[in-house]
Amino acid sequence: MEIKDKIVPLLQEQFPETNFEVTDFRGDLKIKFDASLIVPVGNFLKQHDELKFNMCEDVTAVDWATKKKRFTIIYHIYSLENKFRLRLACDVEENHPHIESVVPVWKSANWYERETYDMYGIKFDNHPDLRRMYMPEEYEYYPLRKEYPLMGIPGDLTLPKK
Amino acid sequence: MGLEAKLMSDGFLTTTIDALVGWARESSVWPMPMGISCCGIEMMAVAGPKYDIARFGSEVMRFTPRQCDVMLVAGTVTYKMSHVVKKIYDQMPDPKWVIAMGVCTSTGGMYRSYSVVQGIDHFLPVDIYLAGCPPRPDNLLNALMLIQDKIKNTKAREFQNIPLLEPVKVNGN
Repeated sequence: MEIKDKIVPLLQEQFPETNFEVTDFRGDLKIKFDASLIVPVGNFLKQHDELKFNMCEDVTAVDWATKKKRFTIIYHIYSLENKFRLRLACDVEENHPHIESVVPVWKSANWYERETYDMYGIKFDNHPDLRRMYMPEEYEYYPLRKEYPLMGIPGDLTLPKK
Repeated sequence: MGLEAKLMSDGFLTTTIDALVGWARESSVWPMPMGISCCGIEMMAVAGPKYDIARFGSEVMRFTPRQCDVMLVAGTVTYKMSHVVKKIYDQMPDPKWVIAMGVCTSTGGMYRSYSVVQGIDHFLPVDIYLAGCPPRPDNLLNALMLIQDKIKNTKAREFQNIPLLEPVKVNGN
Protein backbone atom coordinates (compact mmCIF):
# COMPACT_ATOMS: atom_id res chain seq x y z
CA MET A 1 0.00 0.00 0.00
CA GLU A 2 1.37 3.33 -1.05
CA ILE A 3 1.95 6.00 1.57
CA LYS A 4 -0.41 8.25 -0.34
CA ASP A 5 -3.37 5.95 0.21
CA LYS A 6 -2.65 5.61 3.91
CA ILE A 7 -2.71 9.28 4.92
CA VAL A 8 -6.42 10.06 4.65
CA PRO A 9 -7.74 6.86 6.35
CA LEU A 10 -5.26 7.35 9.19
CA LEU A 11 -6.32 10.97 9.62
CA GLN A 12 -10.00 10.05 9.52
CA GLU A 13 -9.42 7.40 12.13
CA GLN A 14 -7.65 9.83 14.43
CA PHE A 15 -10.14 12.68 13.90
CA PRO A 16 -13.48 10.96 13.24
CA GLU A 17 -15.59 14.12 13.63
CA THR A 18 -13.67 16.18 11.08
CA ASN A 19 -14.44 16.54 7.42
CA PHE A 20 -11.29 16.16 5.34
CA GLU A 21 -11.66 17.48 1.80
CA VAL A 22 -9.13 15.63 -0.33
CA THR A 23 -7.94 16.78 -3.75
CA ASP A 24 -5.55 14.69 -5.83
CA PHE A 25 -4.22 16.66 -8.76
CA ARG A 26 -1.62 14.85 -10.88
CA GLY A 27 -0.31 12.97 -7.89
CA ASP A 28 -0.16 16.00 -5.58
CA LEU A 29 -2.33 15.43 -2.58
CA LYS A 30 -4.08 18.32 -0.85
CA ILE A 31 -6.07 17.97 2.34
CA LYS A 32 -8.39 20.75 3.44
CA PHE A 33 -9.89 20.87 6.90
CA ASP A 34 -11.07 23.14 9.69
CA ALA A 35 -8.56 25.83 10.69
CA SER A 36 -8.87 25.11 14.41
CA LEU A 37 -7.35 21.66 13.91
CA ILE A 38 -4.07 22.66 12.29
CA VAL A 39 -1.85 21.97 15.31
CA PRO A 40 -3.31 18.55 16.29
CA VAL A 41 -3.36 17.41 12.65
CA GLY A 42 0.20 18.66 12.13
CA ASN A 43 1.38 16.92 15.28
CA PHE A 44 -0.30 13.70 14.22
CA LEU A 45 1.21 13.78 10.73
CA LYS A 46 4.65 14.50 12.10
CA GLN A 47 4.68 12.01 14.93
CA HIS A 48 2.88 9.08 13.33
CA ASP A 49 5.26 6.12 13.06
CA GLU A 50 4.66 5.55 9.38
CA LEU A 51 3.87 8.99 7.98
CA LYS A 52 6.64 11.05 9.61
CA PHE A 53 5.99 14.37 7.90
CA ASN A 54 9.01 15.85 9.63
CA MET A 55 9.71 18.84 7.39
CA CYS A 56 7.71 22.00 6.81
CA GLU A 57 8.79 23.42 3.46
CA ASP A 58 6.55 26.43 3.15
CA VAL A 59 3.64 28.28 4.67
CA THR A 60 1.77 30.68 2.44
CA ALA A 61 -1.72 31.96 1.77
CA VAL A 62 -4.17 32.65 -1.03
CA ASP A 63 -6.39 35.72 -1.15
CA TRP A 64 -9.66 34.81 -2.87
CA ALA A 65 -10.89 38.42 -2.62
CA THR A 66 -14.65 37.73 -2.88
CA LYS A 67 -15.15 34.51 -0.95
CA LYS A 68 -16.70 34.72 2.48
CA LYS A 69 -13.78 32.83 3.94
CA ARG A 70 -11.37 35.07 2.15
CA PHE A 71 -7.97 33.53 2.85
CA THR A 72 -6.70 30.00 2.48
CA ILE A 73 -3.53 29.19 4.37
CA ILE A 74 -1.39 26.54 2.70
CA TYR A 75 1.23 24.35 4.38
CA HIS A 76 3.68 22.35 2.30
CA ILE A 77 5.00 19.49 4.36
CA TYR A 78 7.38 16.72 3.39
CA SER A 79 8.17 13.29 4.70
CA LEU A 80 11.87 12.60 4.31
CA GLU A 81 11.31 8.94 5.18
CA ASN A 82 8.63 8.34 2.55
CA LYS A 83 9.83 10.97 0.07
CA PHE A 84 6.27 12.27 -0.09
CA ARG A 85 5.04 15.85 -0.25
CA LEU A 86 1.65 16.94 1.08
CA ARG A 87 -0.32 20.15 1.13
CA LEU A 88 -2.57 21.16 3.99
CA ALA A 89 -5.11 23.92 3.49
CA CYS A 90 -7.27 25.85 5.96
CA ASP A 91 -9.75 28.62 5.23
CA VAL A 92 -9.95 31.68 7.48
CA GLU A 93 -12.39 34.57 7.70
CA GLU A 94 -11.75 38.05 6.34
CA ASN A 95 -12.42 39.81 9.67
CA HIS A 96 -9.54 39.13 12.02
CA PRO A 97 -7.94 36.35 10.00
CA HIS A 98 -6.04 34.18 12.44
CA ILE A 99 -4.85 30.61 12.89
CA GLU A 100 -2.82 28.77 15.50
CA SER A 101 0.92 28.83 14.83
CA VAL A 102 2.57 25.55 13.86
CA VAL A 103 5.99 26.60 15.16
CA PRO A 104 5.68 24.15 18.11
CA VAL A 105 5.27 21.38 15.51
CA TRP A 106 7.76 22.45 12.84
CA LYS A 107 10.38 24.99 13.89
CA SER A 108 11.05 26.00 10.29
CA ALA A 109 7.55 27.45 10.06
CA ASN A 110 8.71 30.43 12.13
CA TRP A 111 9.89 32.65 9.28
CA TYR A 112 7.33 31.31 6.79
CA GLU A 113 4.56 32.40 9.11
CA ARG A 114 6.20 35.77 9.60
CA GLU A 115 6.34 36.20 5.84
CA THR A 116 2.68 35.23 5.46
CA TYR A 117 1.78 37.68 8.21
CA ASP A 118 3.80 40.40 6.50
CA MET A 119 2.20 39.89 3.10
CA TYR A 120 -1.41 38.98 3.99
CA GLY A 121 -1.94 40.21 7.53
CA ILE A 122 -2.91 36.80 8.85
CA LYS A 123 -2.21 36.56 12.57
CA PHE A 124 -0.58 33.38 13.79
CA ASP A 125 -1.69 32.89 17.39
CA ASN A 126 1.06 32.04 19.89
CA HIS A 127 3.80 32.64 17.34
CA PRO A 128 7.06 33.28 19.26
CA ASP A 129 8.11 36.34 17.23
CA LEU A 130 5.41 37.64 14.91
CA ARG A 131 7.14 40.64 13.34
CA ARG A 132 7.22 41.84 9.76
CA MET A 133 9.69 40.11 7.49
CA TYR A 134 10.24 42.32 4.43
CA MET A 135 8.32 45.50 4.99
CA PRO A 136 9.30 48.10 7.60
CA GLU A 137 8.02 47.46 11.12
CA GLU A 138 5.68 50.45 11.17
CA TYR A 139 4.16 49.65 7.76
CA GLU A 140 0.35 49.72 7.74
CA TYR A 141 -0.58 47.65 4.69
CA TYR A 142 -0.33 44.06 3.51
CA PRO A 143 1.07 44.10 -0.03
CA LEU A 144 -0.11 40.75 -1.38
CA ARG A 145 -3.76 41.39 -0.57
CA LYS A 146 -5.87 41.91 -3.65
CA GLU A 147 -6.95 45.44 -2.78
CA TYR A 148 -3.34 46.65 -2.51
CA PRO A 149 -2.26 48.51 -5.68
CA LEU A 150 0.78 47.20 -7.55
CA MET A 151 2.71 50.43 -7.21
CA GLY A 152 1.86 50.79 -3.55
CA ILE A 153 0.14 53.66 -1.83
CA PRO A 154 1.92 56.97 -2.48
CA GLY A 155 3.88 58.11 0.53
CA ASP A 156 3.59 54.83 2.41
CA LEU A 157 7.30 54.09 2.21
CA THR A 158 9.83 56.80 2.95
CA LEU A 159 12.92 57.65 0.96
CA PRO A 160 16.00 59.29 2.46
CA LYS A 161 16.23 63.05 2.03
CA LYS A 162 18.03 64.15 -1.09
CA MET B 1 65.29 80.77 -23.90
CA GLY B 2 61.90 80.98 -22.23
CA LEU B 3 61.10 80.26 -18.61
CA GLU B 4 59.47 76.93 -19.46
CA ALA B 5 62.44 75.62 -21.38
CA LYS B 6 64.74 76.78 -18.58
CA LEU B 7 62.72 74.88 -16.01
CA MET B 8 62.51 71.81 -18.26
CA SER B 9 66.25 71.64 -18.54
CA ASP B 10 66.43 71.75 -14.75
CA GLY B 11 64.03 68.80 -14.50
CA PHE B 12 60.78 70.72 -13.76
CA LEU B 13 57.42 70.66 -15.52
CA THR B 14 54.93 73.52 -15.44
CA THR B 15 51.20 72.98 -15.23
CA THR B 16 48.12 74.37 -13.52
CA ILE B 17 46.78 73.19 -10.20
CA ASP B 18 43.49 72.24 -11.88
CA ALA B 19 45.18 70.05 -14.45
CA LEU B 20 47.41 68.40 -11.87
CA VAL B 21 44.65 67.72 -9.36
CA GLY B 22 42.30 66.61 -12.13
CA TRP B 23 44.88 64.21 -13.48
CA ALA B 24 45.59 62.78 -10.03
CA ARG B 25 41.91 62.37 -9.24
CA GLU B 26 40.87 60.83 -12.52
CA SER B 27 43.68 58.29 -12.36
CA SER B 28 42.73 56.97 -8.95
CA VAL B 29 38.96 56.76 -8.81
CA TRP B 30 38.44 54.30 -6.01
CA PRO B 31 35.03 52.65 -6.20
CA MET B 32 32.66 51.80 -3.41
CA PRO B 33 31.10 48.54 -4.63
CA MET B 34 27.41 48.58 -3.71
CA GLY B 35 26.77 45.19 -5.32
CA ILE B 36 23.15 44.77 -4.28
CA SER B 37 22.04 42.18 -6.84
CA CYS B 38 22.93 40.58 -10.17
CA CYS B 39 24.72 43.66 -11.59
CA GLY B 40 27.23 43.03 -8.82
CA ILE B 41 28.40 39.93 -10.71
CA GLU B 42 29.28 42.02 -13.76
CA MET B 43 31.00 44.49 -11.47
CA MET B 44 33.14 41.63 -10.14
CA ALA B 45 33.93 40.63 -13.72
CA VAL B 46 35.22 44.14 -14.30
CA ALA B 47 37.57 43.74 -11.37
CA GLY B 48 38.83 40.42 -12.75
CA PRO B 49 41.78 39.92 -15.11
CA LYS B 50 39.82 39.83 -18.38
CA TYR B 51 38.37 43.34 -18.18
CA ASP B 52 40.78 44.54 -15.53
CA ILE B 53 39.58 47.79 -14.01
CA ALA B 54 43.16 48.30 -12.78
CA ARG B 55 43.98 49.72 -16.22
CA PHE B 56 41.99 52.77 -15.16
CA GLY B 57 43.43 53.04 -11.67
CA SER B 58 40.17 51.90 -10.10
CA GLU B 59 41.11 48.43 -8.92
CA VAL B 60 41.03 49.45 -5.28
CA MET B 61 37.52 48.39 -4.32
CA ARG B 62 37.15 49.73 -0.83
CA PHE B 63 34.56 48.29 1.49
CA THR B 64 34.69 51.31 3.69
CA PRO B 65 33.03 54.44 2.31
CA ARG B 66 35.69 56.65 3.92
CA GLN B 67 38.24 55.83 1.23
CA CYS B 68 36.03 55.94 -1.85
CA ASP B 69 35.48 58.41 -4.65
CA VAL B 70 32.79 56.82 -6.76
CA MET B 71 29.86 54.72 -5.64
CA LEU B 72 28.90 51.90 -8.01
CA VAL B 73 25.27 51.21 -7.20
CA ALA B 74 24.93 47.84 -8.91
CA GLY B 75 21.51 46.35 -8.41
CA THR B 76 17.88 46.80 -7.51
CA VAL B 77 17.44 49.32 -4.71
CA THR B 78 14.39 48.66 -2.57
CA TYR B 79 12.86 51.28 -0.31
CA LYS B 80 14.32 49.48 2.67
CA MET B 81 17.78 49.37 1.12
CA SER B 82 17.61 53.01 -0.01
CA HIS B 83 18.33 54.22 3.52
CA VAL B 84 21.45 52.07 3.68
CA VAL B 85 22.67 53.29 0.29
CA LYS B 86 22.14 56.89 1.33
CA LYS B 87 23.89 56.35 4.65
CA ILE B 88 26.94 54.93 2.88
CA TYR B 89 26.88 57.73 0.32
CA ASP B 90 26.78 60.29 3.12
CA GLN B 91 29.87 58.75 4.70
CA MET B 92 31.95 59.11 1.54
CA PRO B 93 34.24 62.14 1.60
CA ASP B 94 33.79 64.88 -0.99
CA PRO B 95 34.35 65.01 -3.93
CA LYS B 96 32.26 61.97 -4.80
CA TRP B 97 30.44 60.56 -7.78
CA VAL B 98 27.71 58.01 -8.36
CA ILE B 99 27.28 55.50 -11.17
CA ALA B 100 23.77 54.02 -11.41
CA MET B 101 24.60 50.66 -12.94
CA GLY B 102 21.83 48.82 -14.73
CA VAL B 103 18.21 49.66 -15.46
CA CYS B 104 16.90 48.67 -12.02
CA THR B 105 19.11 51.23 -10.38
CA SER B 106 18.48 53.86 -13.04
CA THR B 107 14.69 53.56 -13.38
CA GLY B 108 13.42 50.61 -11.39
CA GLY B 109 13.68 48.52 -14.56
CA MET B 110 11.39 45.54 -14.78
CA TYR B 111 10.55 45.88 -11.09
CA ARG B 112 7.60 48.20 -11.45
CA SER B 113 6.45 47.41 -7.99
CA TYR B 114 5.64 48.92 -4.62
CA SER B 115 8.89 47.80 -2.99
CA VAL B 116 11.45 49.06 -5.52
CA VAL B 117 12.65 52.67 -5.81
CA GLN B 118 11.94 53.76 -9.38
CA GLY B 119 15.43 55.12 -9.97
CA ILE B 120 17.99 56.06 -7.34
CA ASP B 121 17.95 59.67 -8.52
CA HIS B 122 14.91 59.98 -6.25
CA PHE B 123 17.34 60.24 -3.35
CA LEU B 124 20.90 60.39 -4.75
CA PRO B 125 22.60 62.73 -7.22
CA VAL B 126 23.57 60.45 -10.10
CA ASP B 127 26.41 61.23 -12.52
CA ILE B 128 26.18 58.32 -14.93
CA TYR B 129 23.18 56.22 -15.86
CA LEU B 130 24.33 52.91 -17.27
CA ALA B 131 21.83 50.95 -19.36
CA GLY B 132 21.68 47.17 -19.63
CA CYS B 133 20.27 44.31 -17.63
CA PRO B 134 22.91 43.73 -16.51
CA PRO B 135 25.29 45.99 -18.47
CA ARG B 136 28.29 44.29 -20.01
CA PRO B 137 31.57 44.86 -18.16
CA ASP B 138 32.92 46.95 -21.03
CA ASN B 139 29.91 49.20 -20.65
CA LEU B 140 30.85 49.76 -17.03
CA LEU B 141 34.38 50.62 -18.13
CA ASN B 142 32.85 53.13 -20.53
CA ALA B 143 30.93 54.67 -17.63
CA LEU B 144 34.12 54.86 -15.62
CA MET B 145 35.89 56.63 -18.50
CA LEU B 146 33.04 59.15 -18.70
CA ILE B 147 33.40 59.75 -14.96
CA GLN B 148 37.12 60.29 -15.51
CA ASP B 149 36.37 62.86 -18.21
CA LYS B 150 34.01 64.59 -15.85
CA ILE B 151 36.56 64.66 -13.06
CA LYS B 152 39.30 65.92 -15.36
CA ASN B 153 37.16 68.81 -16.52
CA THR B 154 36.14 69.93 -13.05
CA LYS B 155 38.17 72.69 -11.47
CA ALA B 156 39.89 71.72 -8.25
CA ARG B 157 38.20 74.29 -6.05
CA GLU B 158 34.74 73.83 -7.52
CA PHE B 159 33.99 70.58 -5.76
CA GLN B 160 30.82 70.70 -3.76
CA ASN B 161 28.34 68.32 -2.35
CA ILE B 162 26.24 68.45 -5.50
CA PRO B 163 27.05 67.21 -9.00
CA LEU B 164 28.61 70.03 -10.99
CA LEU B 165 27.80 68.94 -14.51
CA GLU B 166 24.61 67.65 -16.00
CA PRO B 167 24.24 63.87 -15.68
CA VAL B 168 25.58 61.99 -18.70
CA LYS B 169 23.37 59.28 -20.18
CA VAL B 170 25.15 56.24 -21.59
CA ASN B 171 23.41 54.35 -24.36
CA GLY B 172 22.90 50.62 -24.01
CA ASN B 173 24.94 48.02 -25.82
